[in-house]
Amino acid sequence: MQQLIYFFQKYRYFLFFLLLELIALTLIINNHSYHKSKFVSSANSITGGFYNKVSSLTDYFQLSKENKALIEENIRLINKIEQLTQSIDTTFETTIIDTTLYQQKYSYINGRIVNNKYAHVNNFLTINLGSKDSISKEMAVINGKGIIGITEDVSTNYTRVQSILNKESKINARLKNSSYFGTLSWNGKDYNVVQLFDIPRQAVLKEGDTLITGGMSAIFPEGIPIGSVYNIEDGVNSVSKVINIKLFNDMTNLKNIYVVKNFHKTEIRKVEAREDE
Amino acid sequence: MNRVIIFFWLVLILFLQVFVLSNINFLGYLNPYIYIVFVFLYPLNKNRFLFLSLTFLYGLSVDFFSDTGGIHAFSLLFIGYLRLLFIKIFFKKTDIDYLLFSLRDQPFGQVFNYVVTLTLIHHFILISLANFSFSNLGSVLLNTLYSSIFTLILYFLGSYIFRKKQMN
Repeated sequence: MQQLIYFFQKYRYFLFFLLLELIALTLIINNHSYHKSKFVSSANSITGGFYNKVSSLTDYFQLSKENKALIEENIRLINKIEQLTQSIDTTFETTIIDTTLYQQKYSYINGRIVNNKYAHVNNFLTINLGSKDSISKEMAVINGKGIIGITEDVSTNYTRVQSILNKESKINARLKNSSYFGTLSWNGKDYNVVQLFDIPRQAVLKEGDTLITGGMSAIFPEGIPIGSVYNIEDGVNSVSKVINIKLFNDMTNLKNIYVVKNFHKTEIRKVEAREDE
Repeated sequence: MNRVIIFFWLVLILFLQVFVLSNINFLGYLNPYIYIVFVFLYPLNKNRFLFLSLTFLYGLSVDFFSDTGGIHAFSLLFIGYLRLLFIKIFFKKTDIDYLLFSLRDQPFGQVFNYVVTLTLIHHFILISLANFSFSNLGSVLLNTLYSSIFTLILYFLGSYIFRKKQMN
């Protein structure tokens, strides 16, 4: 017993050090698993509040760029409306809207990024929307140019977003000109280039092909632009072929975003869970 | 009064780190981690419980801002624990000298060795943990080297500036 006390006395600093390191390690591992709620996160009210203050200050430096991006998006949307109205006009007599079946599937909530990280291997963003804006876990975050990430950790006023520049991130993506789809993830190297895996062998790909979201997940709506094929690295066999995708978005320069809410998410999840049984 | 000033400095360095220095991203990914001056400047003491707890909390507060789990807490605590060992190696000081010890009064060569060693250890642990895999060890080592140089330049510049002020 005395020896035990002596041991503790002799190594008390080392044991205390070990204890604290263990806590830190637990927090690190916790941070790497998507499904656990996070204690250390910039989505809490103190850090989120500070980031919000700093961001409202630095926003002024980016106003002209943001304006330009918004104008571009406006023009694209106006063009789309024009196309749609034309197609409605021509098929006017054959279109019948069934009000009992008609339901809005997605709604968009606009917000602002208050903290953006892209230089690490696992990157996160913080946005100024939270549970008070009916944000929940696993919602898509996009902007006019393309996809940005998936919401992960929600507090009342802020939300932490897992960026597509995160090693854990996996997003369903397909080619625009065919229906072949694969999984999009990131190797942690260049923040302009992400990788596409699991694309079937028979898919014909060439540099410059456009990639969009596949709509196979309950998170992203179909047809949101992602990027274009940058180059194709040959793997050991054709299945392990790595396709580098250059993002349309400049991930280092983001401000205004939309969070996409899928009204059918729980329904889709329920049906998919039933298939597993 | 002195404690208030120290607290004020700590908060200032923390904010400088998370709002300015962590966003430099020189060449795409290089950032200085100047908040480790906490370990260099905190007075030596025989009782280390308070110091170790403070290094942990200080690192954790950087983690809170940068969404990194506990990697800053882990690496800062690590060099905080190793500090006394290196003071013994480089400056040949023992328990009795702790009270009057200050990096300002030591010869530059020894201070340089001490600061460079602790910085390299800290940055290596930090960047390996941020990477969280063994797959690209080469880039981890390079990143450690470059970020350390970045941090050291800032540290020695800063210490030079504040030393001048004290003499006047």
